[in-house]
Amino acid sequence: MSDGRLTISARVNEAIRRHGEETYPHECCGALVGRGDAVTDAVALPNTTEEGPRRRFLVRPSDYRLAEQRATELGGELLGFYHSHPDHPAKPSQYDLDHAWPTFAYVIVAVAAGASQAMTVWFLKDDRSIFEEGSLHHGENSHPDPAQTVHR
Amino acid sequence: MAKILIPTPLRPYTDKQDAVDASGATVGELLADLTRRHSGLKAHLFNDQGKLRSFVNVYVNDEDIRYLQKEQTPVNASDTVSIIPSVAGGVDTVEDVRRSDLGRMGEPLTNDEVKRYSRHLIMPEVGVDGQRKLKASKVLCIGAGGLGSPVAMYLAAAGVGTLGIVDFDTVDFSNLQRQILHGTPDVGRSKLASAKDKLHALNPEVDIQTYEVALSSQNAMQLFEPYDVVVDGTDNFPTRYLVNDACVLLGKPNAYGSIFRFEGQASVFATKDGPCYRCLYPEPPPPGLVPSCAEGGVLGVLPGLIGVIQATEAVKLIMGIGEPLIGRFLIYDALRMRFRELKLRKDPDCPVCGTHPTVTKLIDYEQFCGITPAAPEPVAVNHATEISSVELKQRLDRGDRPRIVDVREPNEYQINRIPGSELIPLGDVPKRYGELNPDEEIVVHCKMGGRSAKAADFLRSVGFKRVLNLKGGILDWIDKVDPSQPKY
Repeated sequence: MSDGRLTISARVNEAIRRHGEETYPHECCGALVGRGDAVTDAVALPNTTEEGPRRRFLVRPSDYRLAEQRATELGGELLGFYHSHPDHPAKPSQYDLDHAWPTFAYVIVAVAAGASQAMTVWFLKDDRSIFEEGSLHHGENSHPDPAQTVHR
Repeated sequence: MAKILIPTPLRPYTDKQDAVDASGATVGELLADLTRRHSGLKAHLFNDQGKLRSFVNVYVNDEDIRYLQKEQTPVNASDTVSIIPSVAGGVDTVEDVRRSDLGRMGEPLTNDEVKRYSRHLIMPEVGVDGQRKLKASKVLCIGAGGLGSPVAMYLAAAGVGTLGIVDFDTVDFSNLQRQILHGTPDVGRSKLASAKDKLHALNPEVDIQTYEVALSSQNAMQLFEPYDVVVDGTDNFPTRYLVNDACVLLGKPNAYGSIFRFEGQASVFATKDGPCYRCLYPEPPPPGLVPSCAEGGVLGVLPGLIGVIQATEAVKLIMGIGEPLIGRFLIYDALRMRFRELKLRKDPDCPVCGTHPTVTKLIDYEQFCGITPAAPEPVAVNHATEISSVELKQRLDRGDRPRIVDVREPNEYQINRIPGSELIPLGDVPKRYGELNPDEEIVVHCKMGGRSAKAADFLRSVGFKRVLNLKGGILDWIDKVDPSQPKY
């Protein structure tokens, strides 16, 4: 839980962007693992939506469990999820809002024509009425090996 | 008692515990007891109808209750019940735009607002939530004229939070027949000042933002950016294409309307998956082909109806109710009192909203519509083809008697005329030019000089030697020579 603040390491930042570009024009999704308001790892997860991955992502319950498990293994906790918006701005949609969980950080990266653009972070307001934009900070790398940062 | 495992995002509601106890013989009873003990959980687990949210999964031991007996699934003390999230999201589709709103809910309503909007609040489709969405919404109205008047008045009355208006004109007597934002005492005032007074009197709760500028490619993106919906009340093609393109580039819906004589059109353009104005009209008509309301006239009540359709669509989009006018083009014929609806599809080859757009930033719309600012003509040519009102008057006073041909329509000729002129409407010139002598000096005029320029070109093309076009038409004549006559 944070006060609308999230710090991500340069490698996590890079990893999320790369994931969004790789899956373009489809949406990518994954879990954010860390401590407090600092994300140390991005865990890429399969997009299992059946509604068309260009516009939707779905992390099914079994992958959610996997994400919680990975968080524990990495000595952190599950802080939230990231996903991409292919050819759309990095702003949460009504659909995002309808499906949001409280306290989680929702990182959105816009990917336009295959190149990652703005990255933003959002938190659901407690009454579920809106997403409030948080501030995304870029911190130091906490992993020596970049390959370790995205766990597939 | 059974144990319920709580996922990370819900732990703040269970005093940070990852497992809590609750009692009940079925999953339904257990969850009811759980939300009694930890009331903050309710809104996140259940929707407004009291149903489990679609992204909330409940497992008994390792089985999803959807494959057991759902909420009737029995549980006993040795079972472990887990609440497991699905995490979903994505970008909005037309379906979402249809169903949903522009995303924000405003502050709670004050007692005065409850009173003011009570006829909204008692309808379940609107209700307090819908009214709060209106309160949070920002609508930009392009123009405070015929269409802008009803749009702004109804949106202000309905309780839109912020209403922006772009206009740079002043109120003229000829506006009052349809532009109901302005009254007789406002003639000569800026339209924005007049609009602000009227709208403030109507609803002081609304934040009225006025922009006294000509909308242009330089300022449009910045002006539109803070708004949720743009309402196009423009009266010319360059601005219409500009509004359309800026809306597409910014992803803002455009509640479009236009009027001419007795006919009106309306649609909603530039929604995420819907068509835009260019999908319908990729190219503007050649300049001069489609006359403006100033030339062709407009039935005064017509913008009332079309503007109210635009305002209706804006309100629906904001509240996320009903079926928007997306992908449908409404044509209204006031004389026959008929509505027609055309189906519109998004054009994949559309230069601005298609899959491979060629227009990715705003362009020069005057040029696009073939209207380039007229270069100053050489003086010598001027003498040969044009005459000013003052010159004509001086020549008449000296006793010169050029033949004066008025090429307007008979109903315009009834309103005002230059003494001694004769009427040959532009459309009749080709069959009636035989009434004129090709060697005689002829002065042609219309209202503002456009139609008479065409008549002069035609006469020259059939061999007339001395044809002069009256610069600025009869309006200039009245301004400079004969202010006693009415203008229209």
